[in-house]
Amino acid sequence: MKFSLNKEQEMIRKTAREFAENEIGPIAAHIDETAEFPVDTVKKLGELGFMGMTVPKEYGGAGMDDVSYAIAVEEVSRVCASHGVTMSVNNSLVCWPLLKYGTEEQKQKYLIPLANGEKLGCFGLTEPSAGTDAGSQNTVAIKEGDKYIINGSKVFITNASQAQVAIIFAMTDKSKGTRGISTFIVDTDTPGFSTGTIEDKMGIRGSVQAELVFEDMEIPEENLLGKEGRGFGIAMATLDGGRIGIACQALGIAQAAYEESVKYAKEREQFGKPIAKFQAIQWFIADMATEIDAARLLVYKAAFDKWQKKPYTVSAAMAKFFASDIAMKATRNAIQVHGGYGYTKEYPVERFYRDAKITEIYEGTTEVQKMVIAGNLLK
Amino acid sequence: MDIIVCVKQVPDTTDVKIDPKTGTLIREGVPSIVNPDDKHAIEEALRLKEKFGGKVTVLSMGPPQAGDALREASAMGADDMVLLCDRAFAGADTWATSHTLGEAAKKIGYDLIICGREAIDGDTAQIGPQMAEHLELPQITYVRKVESADGGKIVCERALEDGYERVEANLPALLTVISDVNKPRYPSVRGIVEAYQEKEITTWTAADINADSACIGLDGSPTSVKKSFAPEPKGEGEILEGSTSEVCKQLVTKLMDKNVVR
Repeated sequence: MKFSLNKEQEMIRKTAREFAENEIGPIAAHIDETAEFPVDTVKKLGELGFMGMTVPKEYGGAGMDDVSYAIAVEEVSRVCASHGVTMSVNNSLVCWPLLKYGTEEQKQKYLIPLANGEKLGCFGLTEPSAGTDAGSQNTVAIKEGDKYIINGSKVFITNASQAQVAIIFAMTDKSKGTRGISTFIVDTDTPGFSTGTIEDKMGIRGSVQAELVFEDMEIPEENLLGKEGRGFGIAMATLDGGRIGIACQALGIAQAAYEESVKYAKEREQFGKPIAKFQAIQWFIADMATEIDAARLLVYKAAFDKWQKKPYTVSAAMAKFFASDIAMKATRNAIQVHGGYGYTKEYPVERFYRDAKITEIYEGTTEVQKMVIAGNLLK
Repeated sequence: MDIIVCVKQVPDTTDVKIDPKTGTLIREGVPSIVNPDDKHAIEEALRLKEKFGGKVTVLSMGPPQAGDALREASAMGADDMVLLCDRAFAGADTWATSHTLGEAAKKIGYDLIICGREAIDGDTAQIGPQMAEHLELPQITYVRKVESADGGKIVCERALEDGYERVEANLPALLTVISDVNKPRYPSVRGIVEAYQEKEITTWTAADINADSACIGLDGSPTSVKKSFAPEPKGEGEILEGSTSEVCKQLVTKLMDKNVVR
């Protein structure tokens, strides 16, 4: 058994870390404050190949392994969780299903520009009344000749207003329930497509989540992704991979909280000595370090399973459940280590705390992860 | 334009600690990096290649792990990697190193050689100039800007303490660059994959470059290290206390005592 990364993975970590610290670090607090979408740095991430990392070279990607991808999302999220999710969505929820289910024409037309960073994608599954119950889709696609007429709306869609391409889900046959859901590739400049309210959120404020609205939107039949009626399966399989990305995001946030805590504990003096000398603080540090290490092993294991083409539904769910949980704990305790200062915007730990919360919610709540894990184990 | 960039793998001295007993660097656990000035050399070579075509070869002398520095340069966009790796090269001072690198450069072929100003572990800034002498090339050191490089000539701005010089040289030539010259690009993800999975490092021994054994390694090194030591730590600083005007008075008195001001 080996616990070491290979040379490429180490260089990915170094490169992602340097990019994140030098290019994203200086704007992370600002985009959190203003909720501005960081167009330039997202573009640069794309140019460097971080937006389609595991896509093979012939389709515009870098042909990297899934562990390297995990490391990159972790490193970017360690500096800015908003960039982390923007990147995770494009890689996991957009490029991956196009690669897995797309026709050659679809890959040529859509995957290449998405993987090489020319375009940004979003993934539209969630609806106002279809959250955890993702099968209850109200968006409807009616076939008319060689096209589909789509009506409906989506909410909380990451990258929505910035995306040029959307992977969306709609009911092509309501009578069949989840077997009546189909997946479509949509150019966001298609007439009838619009984005609505942009959410004003607690955390990940430098990423954008918005409504998608479809009004008599005509989509040619060649933009059906996979077979008609297979959309729910595509969504679930895609989310398995997406969860690895979110687990990495949580891991990166937790790591950042830990590092800030160590730094502050050594600097801050009370009762005439650094607070790191007090056992209360030492225990926080020990807990964080131990839990982060455990989470990292779970997260890399899930990525490794995906890389090695082993089943990863359960390992990805475990990784996301655990990593998001310890990210909440690490960021909460990081504020505790910082005391009153940690509650202010003078230090980044309050941002980490707000950013961490979403990792317990999106791409399947913690409770859904447990359902997935138990459901698979008790089959 | 075919360009050779000399690259050195160095310990990351921002992390380095000195053993207080022996006065030497503690290398254990210190990550190795591409020498920072050399990254600027790679970047400048890549920019010239993008403008004029040709090929960029990165060249290093060192143990096998120095190959990682070459691969990083390759991930940034360098075409070929050459590592000079032989026990016979060990213990070389800057004279022997520049001779060895020069012999390899002759074998590779070039229109231009670019080196970083100096390495952060040795701080000599001698390799570039000595290579130029070995190869009988015009050299422009401390380059802060490459203005043009066509028509068989290169024009650069050379940074001085109190200004700059604009220097023209015939090609082939050798430049050493300072960090102001550019901002090095990041390696791309695809570049990293190619550097490790698709490209090979060409490894040459002393025999491969027909090196004269009297000019390489420890035997070929006219300098030897007598002693290395850490400089004496400076004395404790003094913090002046009191109101602003009191502090200013104390400060002026002290500066006059030390003849800094009269």
